[in-house]
Amino acid sequence: MDFSLSKEHQLLQQMLRSFAETEVKPLAQEVDEEERVPFETVEKMKRYGILGIPFPKQYGGQGGDTLAYILAIEELSKVCATTSVILAAHTSLCSNPIYEFGTEEQKQKYLVPLAKGEKIGAFGLTEPGAGTDAAGQQTKAVLEGDHYVLNGSKIFITNAGFADVFIIIAMTDKSKGTRGISAFIVEKDFPGFSVGKHEKKMGIKGSSTCELIMENCIVPKENLLGQEGKGYSIAMKTLDSGRIGIAAQALGIGEGALQETIGYVRERKQFNRRISQFQNTQFELASMKADLDAAQLLVYRAAWAKDNGQPYGHLAAIAKLFAADTASDVTRRCLQLYGGYGYTRDYPIERMMRDAKITEIYEGTSEVQKMVIASHLKVK
Amino acid sequence: MSKDVFVVMEQRDGEIQKVGIELLGQASKLAQDLGEKVVAVLFGYQIKAQAQKCIAYGADKVLVVDDKELEEYLTEPYALALTQIIREEEPEIVLYGASSIGRDLAPRVSARIRTGLTADCTGLAIDPETKLLQMTRPAFGGNIMATILCKNHRPQMATVRPGVMKALEKDESRTGEIVEKTIDFSQDTHGVKIRKVAKEEKKTVDITEAKVLVSGGRGIGSAAFFQELGKLAEVLGGEVASSRACVDAGWIDKSRQVGQTGKTVRPDLYLACGISGAIQHVAGMEGSDFIIAINKNDTAPIFDVADVGVVGDVKAIVPKLTEAIKKVKEEKAAK
Amino acid sequence: MKIVVCIKQVPDTTEVKLDPVTNTLIRDGVPSIINPDDKAGIETALQLKETLNDGSTVTVVSMGPFQADVALREALAMGADEAYLISDRAFGGSDTLATSTIIAAGLKKIGFDLVITGRQAIDGDTAQVGPQIAEHLGIPQVSYAEEVHIEADGTVVVKRQFEDRYHILEMKTPCLITALSELAKPRYMSVAGCFDAYREKEVKMLTYEDLKDLLDPSQIGLKGSPTNVYKSFTKQAKGAGTIYKDLSTDDAVAAILAKLDERHFI
Repeated sequence: MDFSLSKEHQLLQQMLRSFAETEVKPLAQEVDEEERVPFETVEKMKRYGILGIPFPKQYGGQGGDTLAYILAIEELSKVCATTSVILAAHTSLCSNPIYEFGTEEQKQKYLVPLAKGEKIGAFGLTEPGAGTDAAGQQTKAVLEGDHYVLNGSKIFITNAGFADVFIIIAMTDKSKGTRGISAFIVEKDFPGFSVGKHEKKMGIKGSSTCELIMENCIVPKENLLGQEGKGYSIAMKTLDSGRIGIAAQALGIGEGALQETIGYVRERKQFNRRISQFQNTQFELASMKADLDAAQLLVYRAAWAKDNGQPYGHLAAIAKLFAADTASDVTRRCLQLYGGYGYTRDYPIERMMRDAKITEIYEGTSEVQKMVIASHLKVK
Repeated sequence: MSKDVFVVMEQRDGEIQKVGIELLGQASKLAQDLGEKVVAVLFGYQIKAQAQKCIAYGADKVLVVDDKELEEYLTEPYALALTQIIREEEPEIVLYGASSIGRDLAPRVSARIRTGLTADCTGLAIDPETKLLQMTRPAFGGNIMATILCKNHRPQMATVRPGVMKALEKDESRTGEIVEKTIDFSQDTHGVKIRKVAKEEKKTVDITEAKVLVSGGRGIGSAAFFQELGKLAEVLGGEVASSRACVDAGWIDKSRQVGQTGKTVRPDLYLACGISGAIQHVAGMEGSDFIIAINKNDTAPIFDVADVGVVGDVKAIVPKLTEAIKKVKEEKAAK
Repeated sequence: MKIVVCIKQVPDTTEVKLDPVTNTLIRDGVPSIINPDDKAGIETALQLKETLNDGSTVTVVSMGPFQADVALREALAMGADEAYLISDRAFGGSDTLATSTIIAAGLKKIGFDLVITGRQAIDGDTAQVGPQIAEHLGIPQVSYAEEVHIEADGTVVVKRQFEDRYHILEMKTPCLITALSELAKPRYMSVAGCFDAYREKEVKMLTYEDLKDLLDPSQIGLKGSPTNVYKSFTKQAKGAGTIYKDLSTDDAVAAILAKLDERHFI
């Protein structure tokens, strides 16, 4: 058993760390306060290949793997969770299903520009009535000659406001239940497709989270992803893999908070001592560090399993459940160490606490993760 | 047998630069300790008239190479001339200003004659027993000081930071020898040509690059007072910075902000004017080499990190300080 | 054109702190980085290569212990074509003159048209090795380069920065330039570059054995170094500052003035 990163992963981590510190961190507060997408960062991520990490070079990618992608999410999340969710939705939820389930033509047409970062991707599964109960899809797709006609709406879709390519899950045959669900590749300019309401959120405020509306939306037949009726399975597998990314995001937020807090307690004086000298501070930090390291091992293990062709769905669920819980817990405890200053927006800690919460909710709530884990335990 | 302390004078536009004059002052002390002479090496075009000035500032002898080739600094003609002089005269010590010119020329010459060179010295002394030159310089980003020796090679060479050594009082009555040298510049095969020389235009400000920062806080009272801070910064060769309070008040641009949500700076001198020193601000400037704080409130936390703290009215002190510095500088320049 | 960039791996001196109790440097956990001026040199070389677009190549060279391998990999991941590590116990203890002698021998072995070095390393701040390499190679140097471009006939044009002026200089290759960090803002490694740096590219070793025909053993290592460190010490730890209270404005001005003078700020 080897717990060290390979040399290339270490070099990549060094690159990502300095990119995050220098390019992403200075914008984090502004992006949060102004609730704006950091397009300048997206452009830079494109330049350095960050938008196509785990895909082969033949498809416009960087020839990396899941672990490399996870490292990117982790490092970016330490400084700005808005930035990392843009990358996560683009990579895990849009490019990845096309890579895993797409035809060669679909890969050439969509994966290549997505992996190169020329196009940005998003994923539409959630509906007003189908959140945790994803099988309750209301969006319909009907085949009419050489195209499908989609009708319905999706909500809470990350990257929706500016993405070019969407994976849309829709019901093709209601009578078959989850086996009647199909996946489609939809371009933003397809007739009948539009972006609706922009959500105002508690955290990851810079990310664009919107409603998608399909009114007689025309999708060419060749844009069916996988076979008809395989949509649910594609969506679930996509989420399995996406969860590793969100777990890494939670991990990164927690690690970023701890890092900031260590810096703060070394400076802050009360009772004529640096607060780092108080045992409560030291024990709090030590205990948080232990939790974060445990989360990191779980996240890396899930990525490793995926990269090595092993079943990873339950490992991803375990990683996300634990990392998300840790992120919320750690950011809250870090803020407490800051005291009143932590509650102000002069310091990043309150943002990190707001950002952490979402990791317990999206791409499967913590309760969903428990369902996945329980099902793996064959407890019914 | 090598002897004498040589100083490579620096001239620009036919004017001797201050650092050379400072070096003559230091060289006089070293020469005295060695019982040897101070020799100024003066390169330039139509520069002869400046030789007497070298003597007035402490040179016992001036070696002048007056040639069109030496009018504007270029590495190879200067290196050729200096190497020839060092070979002929065999000095014990050669000192250069650690200016752009000195730091370009000295290593080139040291490699040609294969002798040691210590860069950017802040202290020079003669060991009373060994008579070796002890060259002290900061290293490791200024975190440590190292004293360097060059035992077996001659000359012992050093570049010296401008502003560190003290010039002697100018003494017009001093006498010395002026010797003209000629150099065969046809040996220069480098073929480097100057296309253009231009005085530098002012570039955009990056406060993290500035050596001196004059920083204003809420205590300066108004945006207008930044003009006063600007004047002070100008006489100190620095830039204006600010605490967050002034940025939030719209008194100054965000690019000047020091601290947690601004920039982290480590200038040689940080002059905190009317800054209370909230932890967020201190985090961005405590790495500064020397901190002077002026604040009305004697319990302001800025005084905890300041090397020099003055409890007083910043609005009264700053303009007077600017004038006083100007005066001192003028007096120094006049010498 | 074969562009060779000399780089040094240095401790990030901005991360070095003094132990307030022992007054010694805390070096543990200080990251090693490519010297910033050298990194600007790499960026410049890559830009020149991209602009020339004529099959020109960028080679990076470093002298140092094995750990410097990672600095060279970083340069490869930024886009350099090949990398050499000059490393041998015989080279240990070299001062700037001996170091420049060894690197110059390495450059003779590797071949070059344009050599770029950083102006100075942040751990030593000597700014000597670049000009000394140029001297050993017998080629012209321009230090403090702030802009560089290469004209159609191969003339290298450099804007050189001095305190109060700049020069536009021209020269032919082979030649050497020392780069200011202002010369170019270095790019990051690319993701694919990080993988290629280990999978597709290699760091070639040059040892004393490889360079011995080009070196005089008396001019390298500790015994080939004219200068040596006699002693080193940390500056006095910062004590509590001096606080002046109840001074008149004029006295306060005088007090500050005296301190400024004492510290050579005026």
